[in-house]
Amino acid sequence: MTRITMREAISQAMWEEMERDPDVFILGEEVGVWGGSYAVTKGFYDHFGEKRVRDTPISESTIVGAAIGSALTGLRPIAEIMTINFAFSAMDHIVNQAAKLHYMFGGQLILPLVIRTVGGGGRQLGATHSQTPDAIFAHFPGLKVVAPGTPEDAKGLLKSAIRSNDPIFFIEHATLYQTRAEVPDGDYITPIGKSKVHREGRDVTIVTYSKMLETSSKAAEQLSGMGIEAEIIDLRTLRPLDMEPVLESFRKTNRAVIVEEGWRSYGVGAEVTARIYEEAFDYVDAPIQRVAQKEVPLPYNRTLEQLALPQVEDVVQAVKEVL
Amino acid sequence: MAEIVKMPKLGFDMAEGTLIKWVVQEGEKVEKGSVLAEIETDKATVEVESNYEGVVARHLVEAGAIVPVNSPIAIIAAPGEDVKKASESPEAQAITLPETEPASEEKAAETAPAPAPAAEAETSEDARLPEGVRASPIARRMASDARVNLSQVAGSGPSGRIVKKDIMAYLQAPALAKAAASAPARGEPAPQLAEKAVKPLTPLAPLPTLSGAETPADEIVPLNRLRLAIGRRMVEAKQQAPHFYITHEYDVDALMALRQQANSMLQEDEKISVNDFIVKGVALALRQFPNLNASKNDDQVIRHGAVNIGVAVAVEGGLLTVVCRDADHKPLRQIAVEVRTLASRAREGKVRPEDIEGSTFSISNLGMFDVENFSAIINPPEAAILAVGSARQVPVVKHESLTIGWRMKATISVDHRVSDGAEAARFMQALADYLEEPLKLLL
Amino acid sequence: MKKEEYLDLYYQMVLIRRVEEAAIPLYQEGKIGGFLHLYIGQEAVSTGLISARLPQDRVITAYRDHGVAINCGVSADLVMAELLGKATGISKGKGGSMHMADVEKNFWGGHAIVGAHLPIAAGLALGDQYQETDGVTICMFGDGATNIGYFHEALNLSKVWNLPVLWVCENNQYGMGTAVDRASAVSDIRQKAEGYCIPNEVVDGMNIMKVRQAAERILAEIRAGKGPYFLEIETYRFQGHSMGDPERYRKQDEVKQWEENDPIGIFRHYLTSEKIASAAELDQLDQKAADEVKAAIQFAENSPEPAPEELFTNIYVDN
Repeated sequence: MTRITMREAISQAMWEEMERDPDVFILGEEVGVWGGSYAVTKGFYDHFGEKRVRDTPISESTIVGAAIGSALTGLRPIAEIMTINFAFSAMDHIVNQAAKLHYMFGGQLILPLVIRTVGGGGRQLGATHSQTPDAIFAHFPGLKVVAPGTPEDAKGLLKSAIRSNDPIFFIEHATLYQTRAEVPDGDYITPIGKSKVHREGRDVTIVTYSKMLETSSKAAEQLSGMGIEAEIIDLRTLRPLDMEPVLESFRKTNRAVIVEEGWRSYGVGAEVTARIYEEAFDYVDAPIQRVAQKEVPLPYNRTLEQLALPQVEDVVQAVKEVL
Repeated sequence: MAEIVKMPKLGFDMAEGTLIKWVVQEGEKVEKGSVLAEIETDKATVEVESNYEGVVARHLVEAGAIVPVNSPIAIIAAPGEDVKKASESPEAQAITLPETEPASEEKAAETAPAPAPAAEAETSEDARLPEGVRASPIARRMASDARVNLSQVAGSGPSGRIVKKDIMAYLQAPALAKAAASAPARGEPAPQLAEKAVKPLTPLAPLPTLSGAETPADEIVPLNRLRLAIGRRMVEAKQQAPHFYITHEYDVDALMALRQQANSMLQEDEKISVNDFIVKGVALALRQFPNLNASKNDDQVIRHGAVNIGVAVAVEGGLLTVVCRDADHKPLRQIAVEVRTLASRAREGKVRPEDIEGSTFSISNLGMFDVENFSAIINPPEAAILAVGSARQVPVVKHESLTIGWRMKATISVDHRVSDGAEAARFMQALADYLEEPLKLLL
Repeated sequence: MKKEEYLDLYYQMVLIRRVEEAAIPLYQEGKIGGFLHLYIGQEAVSTGLISARLPQDRVITAYRDHGVAINCGVSADLVMAELLGKATGISKGKGGSMHMADVEKNFWGGHAIVGAHLPIAAGLALGDQYQETDGVTICMFGDGATNIGYFHEALNLSKVWNLPVLWVCENNQYGMGTAVDRASAVSDIRQKAEGYCIPNEVVDGMNIMKVRQAAERILAEIRAGKGPYFLEIETYRFQGHSMGDPERYRKQDEVKQWEENDPIGIFRHYLTSEKIASAAELDQLDQKAADEVKAAIQFAENSPEPAPEELFTNIYVDN
């Protein structure tokens, strides 16, 4: 095991896969000479050259569109959309093309494609650059949506995504890049579409993913000090959603809190909560609670911004309410 | 291939039934003819038997649901068939589930006065819960599995909600404490046809104390479907049928003697009750008075060809009239066995539709409660009903001297639209002819 | 060109025409659902273009794709079965009129979101460039698509990366709806390519020989590594035609008018006047096309509906 940051984990995943398979290449804004606006592809341009590390014009729909087209020819492109907020400019190509071409032509078109992007609030970037709209992308059958919360999963899941034959929308969280944790040495992959028990506990099930895994883990430590042992399930993949570990945990604890950074309405929490009620109603011991972003465009002011984002205390409070 | 079980029509006027309990759970085997579920109709709780052999693949309605007749209620997979597949088979998928509704106050409100607002709010959450009780789904399931009465469990959740740990605590509590907590609030249903027996000494109930804290709160009890049905029918009878009443006292010395003699020859389960003699006597007398063995139907009177005697039986939460068919043709012994069987089925909540359908004249006997005499409300659409009091030893004048004799009073209630006093009085005399010379009942 | 090649081009055009004509009553009977965009009158464009391609050249187009599919080698049977939504359709009944593709024939689909397939075409061309093949991507779209952002992003990128792509704008000047000059700042659409330094020209799309010759020449240039090219093809909406019955169009008084307006008639006139083929030979091809379409309808009608299980197939490759 080696202790590395999330940024290094993602970088290593791409580097190793590009070394392994010459059909893997990167395209996106500032991925090459600049080294990536989050420095994830730093050093790639010099090592792999401009053919495989391709700087693009600021043309989001064509970054994704060209990635789709080249994937159709058998290549394995990794398209980087600088932030998830810009993915809206490429919305047609993500949800109307990537998610549909395989199905719509009766399985003839195959798109081994990864769209990497960065989301999340908390950096005082204002409303247009701070969104966590993950659930929107998870709404579309045909797309797989992955959002890791640890360096280990980020590396394993991204390697899986690059080797996958399906279009994968891979969401990184900007404030997790510095997170440092142990990562297995050598080549390993983590399966897409599998949720995971991140922390075991008997009293309450916290279901979360990405940045909120960190927040929920801190909350679980506080709760532990009060004698409450929370079990944390990390969804890791939002579509296809693996509910089994969630349901298994819930059948044990009978209480759940769903924590997400995005807005509550129509969100991940809404989906997970509904599925628990549908599939484990007879195990419910208290109404399920959701912790999510306040329903406002995220403000610039730091105090207001933090007020809008889910905090450790919010999770602790929600757990107390279900107990 | 999977078979679809539908809500059976259990009587000509049944439009819907409440599925009160699944006897066979999903995944369990079911034999042809074995009991699958219990269903409550307006008139009774009846058992639904499976017409198929196999495994119950899926319940399509939950316990408590009110389901229209002929709507699918369950899927039974054939022996050897994959249960999951059966429940997802095209036939199963093609089912349009009925718009079931929980048996809630809303439904009752159609026929009953609106309940107090507080009660409505409480029960709208789940009509299966006792009044005022909140419980989480898992607590309900655990209570149901362990046969715990939720009203006996203290809830520790918000607003007193009973949660999992409350049930666990309850189940782990010493049995003694539980027994004390769950002392029955009501007495057992009264035995209907048993003979008047020597009353055992019943201990006095403890003196109620009136310290404010312990005064029990008012209990609001929603009417069950049977009560609602009784209410509806009795209101209809009392409002629409002009009743008149004629009381007659019968000399039952000979009958009591004959009965003692007969029962000495019979097995315990064949013993003949006073009421059985009355059933037979009434049936024979009705043959002479076809106008009283009748039903009122708009501008017509239907004089029935068969004499089917209905016998009122007290059951939990109401009463049912079980039917002894062709009682005029049956020997007393057979009447005794039949009525006993029907009554016990009724009390156990397991009547079959034919048990309670088709009476042409009814008898209500409160003799076992030491009742001298009473009058009954006609069981519509019948024309008359006989209310029977206790057979008692009383001082009587016989051969111009005072002596002790068995006497029994009965009162007939008659629909004046169908018959008049003289006819009814003659009927009561004809009945006397049988009851006072009971040998005629045997011949 | 050999005689057989001329006859083949003629046959393809007539076959497209017959398929499209047959689709009209099927649509009216409700057997074809959704939208139905017919290619009648534009047969010379795709027939001329695609006949000039090599097998390694990819074709991608918009939603008016039945004719393009046939030119790429998809049989009338599979086109008709897809129109009827049958399991045997080229897209297994899941795509319909606007979404036909045949990867084996290097036909990458009809695409229904206006202009959205242009970035994908850039990607197809990138794939060939990356893998160092000499394939060229032929991307067809209507004049309306030149006003959407995707068009500009894709053209720009194709020039920046020098991609082997032939952009083909089928400009119908007499079309219904919004006229070009009411929607586009430049009425000469090829001028838009100038903005991205992409070489361009305009060609008459009613004359298959002109289309074919231009395509052959341009494809060779792109193949030689000269980067993207923009070809504006002027076509005409076929007006006032009554082409349903082959017996009628052989009536002398109608032939002249028909030949003046119709790409098939123009080509037919060319073939007979140049003595490449006789009228009788062409009539025979007309009949053959009619028979093939009749058989295709029968094939489609007799084909099974997709099985219900197909609903959940092809969502993902890796499950």
